[in-house]
Amino acid sequence: MRLREAMVTEECFDARRLDDLLLPVLERHAREPGQLVQILREAQERIGYLPAPLLTAIARALKLPRAQVEGVAGFYSFFHLTPPGRYRVLFSDNITDRMLGSAEMLDRLCNRLWIERGKVSEDGLVSVDTTSCTGLCDQGPALLVNGRALTRMSAERIDRIAELIRAQLPLADWPPEYFRVDDNIRRRDSLLSVDWPAGEALQAAIARGAEAMLAEMKRSNLRGRGGAGFTTAIKWESARRAPCHGESGVRYVVCNADEGEPGTFKDRVLLSSYADLLFDGMTIAGFTIGAARGLLYLRGEYAWLLPALREKLERRRRDGLLGTALCGQPGLDFEIDIHLGAGAYVCGEETALLESLEGRRGIPRIRPPFPVSAGYRGQPTVVNNVETLCKAALIACRGGAWFAGLGTKQSTGSKLLSISGDVETPGIYEYPFGVSVEQVLRDCGAGNAQAVQVGGPSGICLAMHEFSRSIAFEDVPTAGAFMVFGAHRDMFEVARNFAHFFRHESCGFCTPCRVGTSLVADCMDKIARGLGTQYEINQVFKIHRLLHAASHCGLGQAACNPLFDTLQKFRPAYERRLCSLDFEPAFDLDQALAAARQMTGRDDPAAHFGLAARLPGVAS
Amino acid sequence: MTQASILLDGLPIPFVAGQTIMDAATAAGIFIPHLCHHPDFKPQGSCKLCTVKANGRHVSACFTPARDGMEVENNTPDLNDKRRTLLQMLFVEGNHFCPSCEKSGNCMLQALAYELEMLSPHFDQFYPDRPVDASHPEVLLDFNRCILCELCVRASRDVDGKSVFALSGRGIGKHLIVNAESGRLADTNFSWADKAAQVCPVGVILRKRVGFAVPIGKRRYDVEPIGMQVERMAARSAGEEGMDGD
Repeated sequence: MRLREAMVTEECFDARRLDDLLLPVLERHAREPGQLVQILREAQERIGYLPAPLLTAIARALKLPRAQVEGVAGFYSFFHLTPPGRYRVLFSDNITDRMLGSAEMLDRLCNRLWIERGKVSEDGLVSVDTTSCTGLCDQGPALLVNGRALTRMSAERIDRIAELIRAQLPLADWPPEYFRVDDNIRRRDSLLSVDWPAGEALQAAIARGAEAMLAEMKRSNLRGRGGAGFTTAIKWESARRAPCHGESGVRYVVCNADEGEPGTFKDRVLLSSYADLLFDGMTIAGFTIGAARGLLYLRGEYAWLLPALREKLERRRRDGLLGTALCGQPGLDFEIDIHLGAGAYVCGEETALLESLEGRRGIPRIRPPFPVSAGYRGQPTVVNNVETLCKAALIACRGGAWFAGLGTKQSTGSKLLSISGDVETPGIYEYPFGVSVEQVLRDCGAGNAQAVQVGGPSGICLAMHEFSRSIAFEDVPTAGAFMVFGAHRDMFEVARNFAHFFRHESCGFCTPCRVGTSLVADCMDKIARGLGTQYEINQVFKIHRLLHAASHCGLGQAACNPLFDTLQKFRPAYERRLCSLDFEPAFDLDQALAAARQMTGRDDPAAHFGLAARLPGVAS
Repeated sequence: MTQASILLDGLPIPFVAGQTIMDAATAAGIFIPHLCHHPDFKPQGSCKLCTVKANGRHVSACFTPARDGMEVENNTPDLNDKRRTLLQMLFVEGNHFCPSCEKSGNCMLQALAYELEMLSPHFDQFYPDRPVDASHPEVLLDFNRCILCELCVRASRDVDGKSVFALSGRGIGKHLIVNAESGRLADTNFSWADKAAQVCPVGVILRKRVGFAVPIGKRRYDVEPIGMQVERMAARSAGEEGMDGD
């Protein structure tokens, strides 16, 4: 799509045009209120942002209160209530991107374009800001331009991008190598070594029958790969047994592809190169629990994967692997829809994801009821991670006993690790569960690691003396992120980056997480400015305990984990920044006078607080 | 058969099936601090003031079903300390200046701060910029005091059938909005007769021109601390929450 044709600027925006632009979007989604997030997304794609009259029109068409539509639009980072730049540049702000120089490159791009970070240029051409991890840590620094992913930024590329933007060249005409995304698969094990044609696993499952397939799942002892490690067969069996609600009630299979945990990118690779295995896995889950509909919730940051995934679905339809009478079996129907997220990490939490799928703000639900009994639209729903569903396809072909023989007794099978940071060969490494951290570090060429953040910011930070521990649910569980920090890295800055991540991604539903994540981020900033004392450290501990106990969902409960871990294990990184005082106010009297100095054009010693008193002979 | 009961701070409290810990405690006249809970509405569980420890796990009393034999800790120094911190968070997140607030004495946030002996806001103030909305002829909206309990959202949607209020934004940027393209309350169908007008536990939704009809010192929580008013709270219903207190 040509950029300038696709975007309508504020000046040429008018109500009639709005109806013309909105109508096809509404029609495509049958004016279904549950499709609100998708409708907002597509409307924004056509119009460039979500102006107030557009929200009113959508609310009217969907028969929803306008405030509800505005509330949903205001929740997601990728929705804009005011016009963003026609080129919207978002630098991935994960710590691994930062370690590769992303902050300097962001400044460089802003300088080249003569703009301030976070503000739209006066001509409306461009805006530059940061976004949460884009899942390209193995080939960063990465950024998104109008939703397209660009990798391996360098000073040279940044300068060139500034020129391309100034010349208003459509993205389609930018150098294609900027958009190259590699899989970087470095180690293959039971999953990544398969190369089956689409439908092979599905046919194996059909040959076994639903009951037998469930039995194989039980035998496999497969546990969820999204981090929590819940036994998949129990979910499937519960959903299969749970009664549907209402006359038209049906069961659902939801694939959680909202891979938002910073440092994780294994699902990106599975979606890019193993999509048929995933779709087989979803269909097998549907076949086993008696669901005819699957929903893939794809994170907004991965929107660039959408065309290829849709094409795969089309091919499956042509091959009789999607739609009705799959593999020639009358009565065996399965449809898969792809829903796009819009920039909200919390939607990786399964009930927040369901809320988002139903077109609402991504707020985690009160549990119980659990999704297996009342999930999508209140119906029995299995929510599984991408990797989990791929493993289910594997089990359909090879059997549960084979799978249970891999890994450890409590953690069967293999795990995909997304390795990034200070290593020679970042990328995807598949190991049987039980592999030691040491072994992984050796394989990826991490010569001088002082720490590894396993499982992302909500996971655990391991110091050198813990490298003999193993990756398994019973020891170090992980959703897949494995970020390595060399001896020269400042672990305080790592934790500070994570604190800001949680502040940005807190959904704001409950008090402790909403306010607590802000308070700890402020504490960390204060320490970074050299104004921290033991007092701030105590604050962080206190807030950590509160969030752990009182937060509504896992996001809040885990939000202070990285600070807690680094304070325990890398205390000198904090202490060398502390003042010796018991307390130092964050408020700086001299800084508070800066505005007055600017207005009066003064900068003499008497215009500074404290300085005048220290300089003899200067009148105060 | 004996009646099912929970053990609340060591005291056996009976309950009937379907009751939450909060329901059981309130029926027995025991106070569990809360802000977003209201007996007329489905529990929401966002303020987290009612966090208790049930069988060793921290849970929200307002939505956790009571189970026979459940041991619940409520009035403990540790839990009250956590609640105090939550109150301090709510105080610094908004702009709460009790001496100049016309809801003073009728405000649950203030009353709980007294009840839980909160002596200072403790944290640095956020000083958010939240302009007031005085557009409506009958009602003033002072967003500075909003604690995001969603009681007005729920009342307007579930009782009044108007959905005048909703939340927008995310995280620390979350904020209350009204159902109008202009963003002004005057452009909605809100009225003082709405249930939503009566449920604000703090001083956001204020009736104009009656602010000090009941003088400070004679208001609901001036007369008796909130912790002693459990029965009154259980009997809360529309109309009772008005500006004038008693």
